[in-house]
Amino acid sequence: MRRYSVFAVAREAARYHTGWERAWASPEPKKRYDVIIIGAGGHGLATAYYLGKNFGITNVAVLEKGWLGGGNTGRNTTIIRSNYLQDPSAAIYEKARSLYETLSQDLNYNVMFSPRGVMMLAQTEHERRGYERTAHANALQGVETSFISPDRVKQLVPIINISGPRYPVLGALWQPRGGTARHDAVAWGYARACSAMGIDVIQQCEVTGIRQKGGKVAGVTTSRGDIACDKLGIVVAGHSGVLAQMAGFRLPIESVALQALVSEPIKPCIDVVVMANTVHGYMSQSDKGELVIGGGADGYNNYTQRGSFHHVEETVRALIETFPIISRLKMLRQWGGIVDMTGDRSPILSKTPLENCFINCGWGTGGFKAIPGSGWGFAELMARGASPLTEAFGLDRFREGRFIDESVAAGVAH
Amino acid sequence: MSTRLQTGGRLIDRNARRGFTFNGRRLEGVAGDTLASALLANDQMLVGRSFKYHRPRGFVAAGAEEPNGLVNLGTGGRFEPNQRATTTELFDGLACASQNHWPSLDFDIGAVNGPLARFLPAGFYYKTFIQPRPFWKHVYEPFIRQSAGLGQVPAERDADRYEHFYAFVDVLVIGGGIAGLQAALAAGRAGARVLLIEQTAHWGGRAPVDGVTIDGHPAEAWIARALKALEGMENVTLRTRCMGAGVYDHGYALGYERVADHSPGDTRPRHRLWKIRAARIITATGAIERPLSFAGNDIPGVMLASAVRDYVANWAVSPGDRTVVVTNNDDAYRTALMLREAGLVVPAIIDARPTASGPLVRAAREAGIRVETGRGIARVKGAKRVTGVALCAQAGEGAVLEEIPCDAVAMSGGWSPVVHLWSHCGGKLTWDAGQAHFRPDPERAPTSHDGAPFVIAAGSANGYLLAGEALADGDAAGKSAVRSLGMAAKGGAVPKAEAEAEGPMTPVWMMPQGAGAELRMKMWLDYQNDVKVSDVQLAAREGYESVEHTKRYTTLGMATDQGKLSNINGLAVLSQSLGADIPQVGTTTFRPPYTPISFGAIAGEARGDTFQPLRRTPMHRWHEENGADWEPVGQWRRPYCYPRDGESREDAVGREVKNTRQNLGLLDASTLGKILVKGPDAGRFLDMLYTNMMSNLKPGKCRYGLMCNENGFLMDDGVVARIDEETFLCHTTSGGAEHIHAHMEDWLQCEWWDWRVYTANLTEQFAQIAVVGPHARDLLEKLGGMDVGAGALPFMAWSEGEIAGVRARVYRISFSGELSYEIAVPASQGLALWEKLVSAGEEFGLMPYGTEALHVMRAEKGFIMIGDETDGTVIPQDLGLHWAISKKKDDYIGKRAQQRAHMVDPERWQLVGLETLGGGVLPEGAYALAPDQNANGQRNTQGRVTSTYYSPTLERGIALGLVRRGPERMGEIIEFATLDGTTMSAKIVDPVFYDKDGEKQNV
Repeated sequence: MRRYSVFAVAREAARYHTGWERAWASPEPKKRYDVIIIGAGGHGLATAYYLGKNFGITNVAVLEKGWLGGGNTGRNTTIIRSNYLQDPSAAIYEKARSLYETLSQDLNYNVMFSPRGVMMLAQTEHERRGYERTAHANALQGVETSFISPDRVKQLVPIINISGPRYPVLGALWQPRGGTARHDAVAWGYARACSAMGIDVIQQCEVTGIRQKGGKVAGVTTSRGDIACDKLGIVVAGHSGVLAQMAGFRLPIESVALQALVSEPIKPCIDVVVMANTVHGYMSQSDKGELVIGGGADGYNNYTQRGSFHHVEETVRALIETFPIISRLKMLRQWGGIVDMTGDRSPILSKTPLENCFINCGWGTGGFKAIPGSGWGFAELMARGASPLTEAFGLDRFREGRFIDESVAAGVAH
Repeated sequence: MSTRLQTGGRLIDRNARRGFTFNGRRLEGVAGDTLASALLANDQMLVGRSFKYHRPRGFVAAGAEEPNGLVNLGTGGRFEPNQRATTTELFDGLACASQNHWPSLDFDIGAVNGPLARFLPAGFYYKTFIQPRPFWKHVYEPFIRQSAGLGQVPAERDADRYEHFYAFVDVLVIGGGIAGLQAALAAGRAGARVLLIEQTAHWGGRAPVDGVTIDGHPAEAWIARALKALEGMENVTLRTRCMGAGVYDHGYALGYERVADHSPGDTRPRHRLWKIRAARIITATGAIERPLSFAGNDIPGVMLASAVRDYVANWAVSPGDRTVVVTNNDDAYRTALMLREAGLVVPAIIDARPTASGPLVRAAREAGIRVETGRGIARVKGAKRVTGVALCAQAGEGAVLEEIPCDAVAMSGGWSPVVHLWSHCGGKLTWDAGQAHFRPDPERAPTSHDGAPFVIAAGSANGYLLAGEALADGDAAGKSAVRSLGMAAKGGAVPKAEAEAEGPMTPVWMMPQGAGAELRMKMWLDYQNDVKVSDVQLAAREGYESVEHTKRYTTLGMATDQGKLSNINGLAVLSQSLGADIPQVGTTTFRPPYTPISFGAIAGEARGDTFQPLRRTPMHRWHEENGADWEPVGQWRRPYCYPRDGESREDAVGREVKNTRQNLGLLDASTLGKILVKGPDAGRFLDMLYTNMMSNLKPGKCRYGLMCNENGFLMDDGVVARIDEETFLCHTTSGGAEHIHAHMEDWLQCEWWDWRVYTANLTEQFAQIAVVGPHARDLLEKLGGMDVGAGALPFMAWSEGEIAGVRARVYRISFSGELSYEIAVPASQGLALWEKLVSAGEEFGLMPYGTEALHVMRAEKGFIMIGDETDGTVIPQDLGLHWAISKKKDDYIGKRAQQRAHMVDPERWQLVGLETLGGGVLPEGAYALAPDQNANGQRNTQGRVTSTYYSPTLERGIALGLVRRGPERMGEIIEFATLDGTTMSAKIVDPVFYDKDGEKQNV
């Protein structure tokens, strides 16, 4: 892999950039791999990357039915934070956040991690108490957060309306090292780094069946032929239920559409990420200048990557109330993604009833922020059979009632 | 130079002058102008700067597809960035300024990015700005953000208002060109309810500009007749300035009506969002011309051939004196002919096709216009304005044959149907190789709930670019829509539209076809985002082969025009780079809205005070007048406390608690949920809903009940009163009324649909007042009426009668530990009773109290609060509420879940009281420390504070908390972490701090 740098760009400029090599190879599938990962989204690619990097396992294929990074990795609102309430959540999201800090250097690909700060507004007494509790929990979890005053909120976000007639801002949970990153670049950077290690990232390769022998996975059937493997990881977000069915087990997952939208680009006006859960909306500004906006998920199951307009309306109302100056800006584009929701709104990183088959799913509305941590932990789980990061997120927890419920800390998609 | 012609202009009134300013310069236009035509009439060709390289930008188009002509429009509360000048109607006093430059439009420092462009190809930022690490946040990103963005940030609140309309129609026709008009006529004649919307202020689309005749008359005459016919139909509604913004599932569509953008400050709403439910949607949205990719095609003065025609025909504005036409089709010859007819010079028509021979070509030749076939433009000369073009062989590499001086270039690369609305809800496209465009595939239309196709494309939006075909297709679409709805299509012969025939076009994706790297770096695909042919080729070379990858890597089509001009050209370059067919590469996804729509319109009336419904109890006004400090509770507002002169919140709460405990307090409890559950199976139903047994409750009695969800977690609590054999009134928490009612209905409708139970949410039907304190009974007896004595109305009973002449239901229940009556009266009587209680209570020292005093008193008494002691992870057993869980019942919602391994784990955190050693108040949300760290390096914990208050009664801090094996550890001292790094010690005690034996409430 040729390293990217400002010097490399200057060198290439001299020959009209005709000398750049492919960012990732486009290999034909081999007959057999040590590990197959289904799904070349952020989580799948990160898993493959850390299998190679941390465990030296590089005879790996990542199979993608469409184009890599084309699912929720490329559809989210790019927020990165780890101010979660429950210990297992805080552990994996903070691991992810800390890996994001150095990801550009690690991958030699600028993922534009921007630790600009994330604030979650408290607009009811109940919410305020909840965030104060989270601040206490975070202090013991090693996550840097604090509960800040309305004045401090206004100072950080001058365009905010803290004295709205309906839900005045009572303070906010503030994570100064939370932020955003360029979502596509995360997938592309991992894919390039995987490819450089000899891992096969195979696009346009749809898995149509999972072949089994004696309670174990023997390989997969794909649109490009049968491929054998020793271990299988399923990392397909909204379509996890479909893959689990192929493998013969069921998941406590519902798939619903979650929407997002952007405004037309304007000059910088908001430097941090603001989430307003009482009124149901959140907003940040991309480096291009677009306001990136999200809200709640649809209330019914479906697989269309669209969504219903009334959610957009509810979200926009909430944000005009929070940021009155945006009223005359315009919505440029809205879109949807399919999120895989579990009963406790926490992910599943787990062994499955099939001995050598593992599943990573259930990230719901908040998976992007977890990508490096999820890949790190899931790679360890697949390589060693256990990982402290993933231990609490097993499928067994639904049978035992050992839920990791974050609803108290986040009532809205994120 | 661009200028106003002496004659012509079908849309303008030359006598009505309109003054406006651009960058502070006073200019003049006329009524009927768009801002773009008015600027061009004043020779203002340079109107902005591009996003990345800050290149000079002029108008390319005349309509919604314009990528360049964006301005900061208006001032103060009517300021709006990124307003598209081509779709902005000029009004007197309009003020606008160009965007994205510093210090000025003519001299922009950011333009240094231009010469450096070679070092800034697509995706360069992924490869650079990596080292040193802190620089991204502190140096690179702030710089990129400042130079990116387009328009300025509004500084003030929006001065305008917005509204929503709702329409239910059989047929929605989007687009008021000739195809749309004919579709509406066909559907309207059949009796269908029709809504026809047109995004511009004018009907007829391109036909009048292109010299189409219909049934032997000029198109304008037919359009006027069609409109008259439509206006005469009661079942047809017409709207101009109303754009079809989006098509959603099941025939839901959005219309975006710009009601008053052209007359700001009048009393009307600025925008109106139409929410339309249509059985069928006809998209007659026209087609958009494509640019050609030649070097320098972004220099101001290079425009679409059709746009040049629009400016001349509609507004009598000529973009240049000498306009070179460059094309791969016959249609652009119309532009040459029109310019010639207007007395302007057309030095040459450069036609990339090897030969050209249609009637339009002949006409041009006959008019003496030089036609060069097989030729292309090697490069456009000029910087801020076109000064000439260099002619070359299209088949070659760009060797210059001749330089032709000119000040404008009209280009045409063919036409693409506007398929956006067809595609929003899943309509698929098919590649038409003959016309080199995607058009709707009628076999794969979006389908509705019943599987039937509900979108029909018509006219040029359906690939019928010639006027005659488009009109016939519009007729067919209208008829097919009504037939599919079971109506009979009526109407006579289809009108016959005619225009000059056109010869075949030849796709040209790059000009010249063998252009080298240097030329390709000057061929713009996306003008606003600065994406060039070389960028797309680079993306393909680097493996960003999916069209979505290319789009995201290069930002092609992601600008505010959403690629209306650039997407097909970019796609073609990509497919050539990959050696693949265009349809194989496919398009990116079309997403709503068609063009950007204002957030204000989306929000509608809901803003400020009307953002959400404000629910008021019948006593709301009284609280307001008596100094209530409000707290939002859901959509309600409840008094947090009633501070008196100079009193702090804390002091007020302390006074209210003490006074209630010592004398008499009054609480507005009207927000409590009140759900009536009635029917022969009501008892059986409540036995399933609550952990308690409710079916054996006697009429006249109350019982405190707990409700869990399927996972066993406590979700709500409240007092259930049995009214009669078949009727229960279930009280819920204030925040829970709606979702608990929905929860009940969920179970009744989905699971137990055959149970004879009916529910009704009566929350707002009753005002409920809690009379609390040692003098509570004295007060009620003083007011007179029903017997409220301990014998007639013991604790946990209720009774009906009159209090102070008002019909009332009185519940003897207590959430404070004091003697307490909750009096429910019809909502209309609430305020009257409240005022009577207040004035009669004066002698007993009555004071109203708010939610915080309520919380403090319940915590002193060790009562749990949903949302404090519970957080969705707590089961009743954790809270010592075993007594409220019936052992006699086979089942209740959550029972099975509560038997799971983790739920019966003795290590669970359980409710205790916490008493700080120094009498201080524990911080809210603090955790109790346990030794060591877990495997993830997190500090171990063994409990947490759930409620913590200063108790005015005990004059010390008290808290409730959940602690591992808590009830077994009474008297043990544990440490709580505070946020400043210190710890506080607290003793584990019984959670009931006040009146453990209940003597006060039972009196």
